[in-house]
Amino acid sequence: MSELHTRESEALALIERVRARPARFKDEQITMAHGAGGKATQTLVTGLFVPAFGGDALRELGDAGVVEGLALTTDSFVVKPIRFPGGSIGELAVNGTVNDLAMAGARPLALTLSFVLEEGLSADDLRAEVEAIAAAAEAAGVEIVAGDTKVVERGRCDSMYVTTTGLGKIDPRASLSTGSLRPGDKILVSGPIGEHGTAVMLARGEFELEAPVESDTRSLWPAVDAMLEAVGPSLRCLRDATRGGVASALNELAQASSVAMVVREAAVPLRAPVAGACEILGIDPMYVANEGVLVAFVAPEAADDALAALASAPGCEAAAEIGEVKTDPPGMVLVETAFGGRRVMDMLVGDPLPRIC
Amino acid sequence: MKFVEEYRDAELGRVLAGEIVATVEPGREYKLMEVCGGHTHTIYKYGVDDLLPANVELVHGPGCPVCVIPMGRVDDAIAVAHVPGVIFTCFGDMMRVPGGSGTLLDAKAQGADIRMVYSPLDALRIARENPEREVVFFAVGFETTAPSTALTLKRAKAEGTRNFTCFCNHVTIVPPLRALLESPDLRLDGFIGPGHVSTVVGARPFEFIPADYGKPIVIAGFEPLDLLQAVYMILRQLREGRCEVENQYARVVPQEGNPAALGVLEEVFELRPHFEWRGLGFISHSGLKLSEAYSELDAELRFEVPGVRVADPKACQCGEVLKGVIRPWECKVFGTACTPERPIGTCMVSSEGACAAYYNYGRFAREREVV
Repeated sequence: MSELHTRESEALALIERVRARPARFKDEQITMAHGAGGKATQTLVTGLFVPAFGGDALRELGDAGVVEGLALTTDSFVVKPIRFPGGSIGELAVNGTVNDLAMAGARPLALTLSFVLEEGLSADDLRAEVEAIAAAAEAAGVEIVAGDTKVVERGRCDSMYVTTTGLGKIDPRASLSTGSLRPGDKILVSGPIGEHGTAVMLARGEFELEAPVESDTRSLWPAVDAMLEAVGPSLRCLRDATRGGVASALNELAQASSVAMVVREAAVPLRAPVAGACEILGIDPMYVANEGVLVAFVAPEAADDALAALASAPGCEAAAEIGEVKTDPPGMVLVETAFGGRRVMDMLVGDPLPRIC
Repeated sequence: MKFVEEYRDAELGRVLAGEIVATVEPGREYKLMEVCGGHTHTIYKYGVDDLLPANVELVHGPGCPVCVIPMGRVDDAIAVAHVPGVIFTCFGDMMRVPGGSGTLLDAKAQGADIRMVYSPLDALRIARENPEREVVFFAVGFETTAPSTALTLKRAKAEGTRNFTCFCNHVTIVPPLRALLESPDLRLDGFIGPGHVSTVVGARPFEFIPADYGKPIVIAGFEPLDLLQAVYMILRQLREGRCEVENQYARVVPQEGNPAALGVLEEVFELRPHFEWRGLGFISHSGLKLSEAYSELDAELRFEVPGVRVADPKACQCGEVLKGVIRPWECKVFGTACTPERPIGTCMVSSEGACAAYYNYGRFAREREVV
């Protein structure tokens, strides 16, 4: 046997030093893990994209980049199946883009849309998505101002892919930043978690499970608007808990601000059907994607007002304070389990892989 | 969630923790091994450790079916997956296990048709739906999962499904436990017995542990209260000077196991003379292969399988971790060269592996009191 570590604290400190090193993208090929929103995605972004393109706006790694008072974002939608309980790819495209702007504290103004359509796609399916897009855009108060269409041979894409660009205007009440979290700040979540990812997983029909779960896709600007009105600059940072779920959103911000977070598991809103489906599949709902849930960080003295404002927004009635920002250990998210223990809640490595038994 | 949350009740947990503290002999150190990877996962996921006094240490055992698969077998799986026309099916957490040349996920990215399934029956269904393709199921697991593989093979044989085969890596729990107990550097006070395996094999096969080796064992369920109660039951045996097999998981585990499941295992599988375990080496009569009557469904006979033994990486101390000789953090490469993103050893791959569980969930300083 080779040499051993003799002190746990030293081994842990060494691990954190290794983790704090700038990510380097060393993989030989792209795997599905690079698109799953966890560590592999983060390595790709911070190890390849940011060093190549990085200006100040990109380095902030927000959901949208900010240039001269305008927020700009882009997103691609490749969901399968294109329609699922509670929503569809078109609705997702509008709300997802609008939400990226809202997380930067920007009032959404306009979108562009780019379609990649698969040869053979039924016109009715396309028409249904166009209508869904128009309705979602109207509900979110954004105008679609430009677009593009490409068609590829059958088999070269899966029904349709949608790419968007979103433009928004930074709200004067907002002063949000990913590096602004302070120990003592409260962590709010806007509604029950894991609904979208669970709905899509079940809609794929691979698990032969049925549960009354619908996607939560919605515009979060009304929720952001209400919180900005209530507490203005006391709102420190917002994050849209999409791919990788609430856990990934918290980890990204704990690292960006070099703070610790403690989440009280029992306080996290979670509906029984989602809890049940995740339990059976062996997946932690904290890592499951949402399309209408945000995580907000608020100065402690403004937390109650922010929570009341958040809970008044449509779809956010179940909003809750789930934890607090701490000092140690920096960059790490800890969970106080409902059972009374503690554990780390890390970034996901790749797609959540179900366990054998 | 009814019938689940009852076993996660924090108040009952505190009561049990109090009973444990009252049962511990002051100043004595206890090392208890949970054999099963599912237990390891529960301990970390719920922070069960935090409710135990610091002188009661849980040591993680060899019962993670993913962690014990040697690198050579993963390479064999990848070789079969690359055969033109093959659809290779496996459970999710096998996909990231490194062989000598990459993982099944890598092979998938290189174009092999590898599909994740939840049950061997899903693999058989894929075979029926793709009669022109060869569908291979990568079977891993202890007696817990082996019966479902056996039933699937029975059905495939009865249906005459000709394009379905099984790459069998099923293993049995007793031989590695015996090997562990024979190991001279072992220092354990008792065992938390594997709950799901016992639903199949029953409690009787574990009687050699108290009889031959003088260690108590309590078969336990997978909820946090189950584990606390099992710890309490072991400590009570030690306190009272008893040494026996007890069954905490009586709501699921019958004394005699599941005779129907044991019957189908007997029919479909036979013991290999020896099978290699990651980190533990070759153990006699510890692995299963398809019996003569099912040989036409054996992937190792239908395809050319390299069968090259790959030595565990030098730096890797998975073997010592699996035996409970060292704690995950004591390994020099733990968390630095070996991480869940780039695992060197299998203990870092599956969420049931001791190293991955510790890295993902337990990687922070705890404050616990010695009683």
